[in-house]
Amino acid sequence: MNIVVCVKQVPDTEAQIKVKGDGSGIEEGGIKWVMNPYDEYGVEEALRLKEKFGGEVTVVCVGPARTMETIRTALAMGADKGIQIDDPALYNADAYATATALAAAVKSAPYDIIFCGQRAIDDDSGQVGSILAELLGIPSVTFATKLEIDGQKVKAVRPIEGAQLVIETSLPCVITATKGLNEPRYASLPGIMKAKKKPVDMKTAAALGVAAESKSKVAKFTPPPARPPGKIICADDTPEGKAAELAKLLREEAKVI
Amino acid sequence: MAKGVWIVAEQRDGALRKVSFELASTARKLADQLGEEVGAVLCGAGIEALAAELGKYGVDKVFVADSPALEPYTTDAHATAVAKAVKENDPSILLVGASAQGKDLSAALVGKLATGMATDCTDVKIADGKLLAVRPMYAGKCFGEVVVTGTPQMASLRPNVFTIVESAKAAAIVKFDAGLGEPKTKVLEVQKEAAGKIDVAEANVIVSGGRGVKGPEGFGILEELAAVLGAAVGASRAAVDAGWRAQIDQVGQTGKVVSPNLYIACGISGAIQHLAGMSSSKYIVAVNKDAEAPIFARADYGVVDDLFKVVPAFTGEVKKLLA
Repeated sequence: MNIVVCVKQVPDTEAQIKVKGDGSGIEEGGIKWVMNPYDEYGVEEALRLKEKFGGEVTVVCVGPARTMETIRTALAMGADKGIQIDDPALYNADAYATATALAAAVKSAPYDIIFCGQRAIDDDSGQVGSILAELLGIPSVTFATKLEIDGQKVKAVRPIEGAQLVIETSLPCVITATKGLNEPRYASLPGIMKAKKKPVDMKTAAALGVAAESKSKVAKFTPPPARPPGKIICADDTPEGKAAELAKLLREEAKVI
Repeated sequence: MAKGVWIVAEQRDGALRKVSFELASTARKLADQLGEEVGAVLCGAGIEALAAELGKYGVDKVFVADSPALEPYTTDAHATAVAKAVKENDPSILLVGASAQGKDLSAALVGKLATGMATDCTDVKIADGKLLAVRPMYAGKCFGEVVVTGTPQMASLRPNVFTIVESAKAAAIVKFDAGLGEPKTKVLEVQKEAAGKIDVAEANVIVSGGRGVKGPEGFGILEELAAVLGAAVGASRAAVDAGWRAQIDQVGQTGKVVSPNLYIACGISGAIQHLAGMSSSKYIVAVNKDAEAPIFARADYGVVDDLFKVVPAFTGEVKKLLA
């Protein structure tokens, strides 16, 4: 089975995000970069499929030079090879342009199943996997929390508001992974050593023959709206007194209950 | 030239979902500024009667694809149908709900229509005749003002944020053939959660618990409060990773990003990744023993005390108020 996993490098969840003074982006200094957490579920699922059915796992990543670290992380977990699409034309690409580049990279090799994270936790756009499937003309199942493959048949569970859907489709397809799909493994020390020798193919947008044309852009970044300072409820010093005061404030001042 | 502000109306089991009215009301506002019409695409089986209901919220024209193949929702059938109507009628703006279904559908539409989209927006307006969409990024650690250069200009709107406004229109019905081919995906089964359970992404009020709740049984008092308030019960990553609560209830950067009217954080210290996911709530209440917990910096009302004493007492007070 030929398995492709699209991964993105994002700031760690604990990172403070500071907007640049001119609103053109975020300050990248001091940020710890990690693999997008949802992509980790994709890598893990890919490795489990490989362990079950044999085959090869290829990780594809769009981004600047620093993203090599994320590709090596996936290789250390057990993926076989990588493709890094590093092109300044794609650094601020939107979901459509990113998916176009990924589609071009994926098309050059045989694939049976493609994993993406359900969204990247930086831009939170949650579109790339679905666009990729459309560009390749194959079905997609997003937000998968469970996956079973039997021959060409794919069965996935996807939560919606108030229900779980059991969805059937067939290979080849795109699956976007979310929390619950599996527990991603840590890279082992031998894995990390081996990863250094695994092949990573370097590509540019031009080499892939894509125009890297974004269809949307963030015109301005702003810090979140400031919240007015809150009140610490003292009333009297008993939990009961505080609870009564809180209920009163929510009823009369905030008018939310 | 592309003209018209369109929405994708979302229905489930033959009833329109609330987000559809939020979309219609918002589209009406934008269309009035542009001097254009509001169109809605409605897909399903036996759903034509729902079209009139959309008129109540300002929709001028409802494009209806009615076919057994469109029920229940599947990505490929619905995206094919909506994309066909959009290509034939060329609206300038297309709004979709950022619900579970809408997120899936809208992303596929971006691919089919080769355009761009601002996801999970909390505000949309018209600036210089174009859509300007405001959306949280990094789970709310910063915001982006997005312009879409592709056509249609797509935005998905976060449920529960946009105001519903009635403005009666006759809502003409235009039936169209969805042009569906062989289905690529099908729904084998719908496993419904316990009746009455409210999803955190759609709740007006959320009662959330973290490490301070100490275990799964500790959530009992949160459930009781939630029942009285008609609230959903959320959880921090710590509580979910400990296995105390289901993943679908997780609020934060690696869970759901929420904007309820009232968010009551119990025993949640306020890790930055959690704060990011709930900071756009209208009112935030924090109950925590530790006066130094970062959650208090975000809270409108803070109670420094033992949640196991405060929460049941608060539930009692709310019961009295609502009686």
